[in-house]
Amino acid sequence: MGAESSPKIVIVDESPIRAAILEEGLREAGYTEVVHLSEMQSLLARIYALDPDIIVIDLENPSRDSLEQMFQMSRAVRRPIAMFVDQSDAASIQASVDAGVSAYIVDGLKKERIKPILDLCVSRFNAFSKLQDELDRTKHALEERKVIDRAKGILMKLKGLTEEEAYVLMRSTAMREKKKIGEIAQSILTASELLK
Amino acid sequence: MSTPLHVGFIPLVDAAALIVAVDRGFAAEEGLDVTLVREVSWSNVRDKLNIGLFDAAHLLAPVAIASSLGIGHVKVPIVAPFNLGINGNAITVSPALHAAIMAELDGDRFDPMATARALARVVAARRKRGAVPVTFAMTFPFSTHNYQLRFWMAAGGVDPDEDVRLVVLPPPFMAETLAGGQIDGFCVGAPWNSIAVDRGVGHILHFVSDILVRAAEKVLAIRQGWADRNPEVVAALIRAAARGSAFVEENRTETARILAQPERIGVDAEVILRSLDGRLKISTDGTLRESGRYLLIGREGADRPDPVQAAWLYAQMARWRQISTSREALRTTMAVFRPDLYDAALGRGSEAGQGAAGPIGAFAGPAFDPEDVSGYLRSFTVPRRAS
Repeated sequence: MGAESSPKIVIVDESPIRAAILEEGLREAGYTEVVHLSEMQSLLARIYALDPDIIVIDLENPSRDSLEQMFQMSRAVRRPIAMFVDQSDAASIQASVDAGVSAYIVDGLKKERIKPILDLCVSRFNAFSKLQDELDRTKHALEERKVIDRAKGILMKLKGLTEEEAYVLMRSTAMREKKKIGEIAQSILTASELLK
Repeated sequence: MSTPLHVGFIPLVDAAALIVAVDRGFAAEEGLDVTLVREVSWSNVRDKLNIGLFDAAHLLAPVAIASSLGIGHVKVPIVAPFNLGINGNAITVSPALHAAIMAELDGDRFDPMATARALARVVAARRKRGAVPVTFAMTFPFSTHNYQLRFWMAAGGVDPDEDVRLVVLPPPFMAETLAGGQIDGFCVGAPWNSIAVDRGVGHILHFVSDILVRAAEKVLAIRQGWADRNPEVVAALIRAAARGSAFVEENRTETARILAQPERIGVDAEVILRSLDGRLKISTDGTLRESGRYLLIGREGADRPDPVQAAWLYAQMARWRQISTSREALRTTMAVFRPDLYDAALGRGSEAGQGAAGPIGAFAGPAFDPEDVSGYLRSFTVPRRAS
């Protein structure tokens, strides 16, 4: 590997979306040699065939212990070691574990070349979890909306209310009982199931 | 005001004392607000403990030692003031390997020397045929499972580095990998051996208590620096864990129910209860085997860390060339296990409590003496083929 060439990076991640986000980020930053491995079968054989300089793995990946052992047992010359084993950068290691990503680096790769790659992984992993949170919130809001609509329907039918009146009734009940309107709607659904 | 703590664990029965301490409120009564965090890998537990995301963890005893010695990863001194379990592992093999070992067996099937010699013959026959070597899974390079498997097979003349393949798998993946045929056997803690038997994909060949009468397994691990700065919190955590382990021993059915919860271990309470009772179904035909030594939590002095156990693990690390020995490394290793903190927290003299620790009691080799580790190691010779 020449000093100017792009280090070869392998991403081990079972989430294809997150891996795509990371891969895109790395390519944009000028790292051209990036390979994503999602298949956990024969992972080590594939890693050795690719002979990467850096292996990035998500912390939720149960294959992490297997990788550590395989790297340790490896008789290959270019043996990957866990990032910052020299513990010179506690803040970076903390940031990456917080973000849910870890890395293994072959001996001899200079730290100033590793740092920007890891920083990029951390920011992309964080961006992904933010995206995931937003998605979860949206999904939750949508589900709550459905429950409220169904509860409204039940109230309209049972009490002969208009849609507006049914909603106002739920909202005022929620305020009086210091609960969320979604919770009131859910109780209405549960009660109507029980009383069927 | 209660102290917030984050404690990591791996879904295994020997996390019971900690889980019960939290879920039955013992930790809260000691003024601790403990959040238990279930993890998917020992690497994660180690890293999160090392950098302070966890204040304490359910940890493989050898990982606590490796971390303190700076072997395999970052050097972070760890203290183990409470022993979460003694024994508890078992060796499970596929029906095919079980049949092959039984066919070669000359002696009692629960005698580890007889099975290890039979394994040696199976391994040699496979090599002669040019077939792929027998593959065993264990849980981590620095694990009791790794050393127990190696100790067993080496006694029968199998070189664990040359004659078989040893791979690492997370405990919850053992049974399905055995079913898939990628491995022929494994050594893992409870309840994962029983899971393989229940799925009809494995036979329990040995309880690890066949191999070693008494083997320290998981410890409550805390960063030494943090423990030094927070002695009251550490003492409170030890007391909570001790109440937890006493509860486990006295209330196995309730313990099994607590551990069965999806966010704890997440397998059937009945399977967990079998491990706690040491009454295990060992083969798919329903054969039961019972042992009072299968897993010790909260009895026979299991709680109190024994530095001799740490020294034995150190000897295994040296035997399998993970470390080079030195007086200083041995001292560091033995100082990881802290019976003094245990005694102080519980206000006990060293001889009180659940009784004095018994010897390791291995089925092969001389009695272990921490004063003469090199003499002990010289007594083991694995026949090496030219490589």
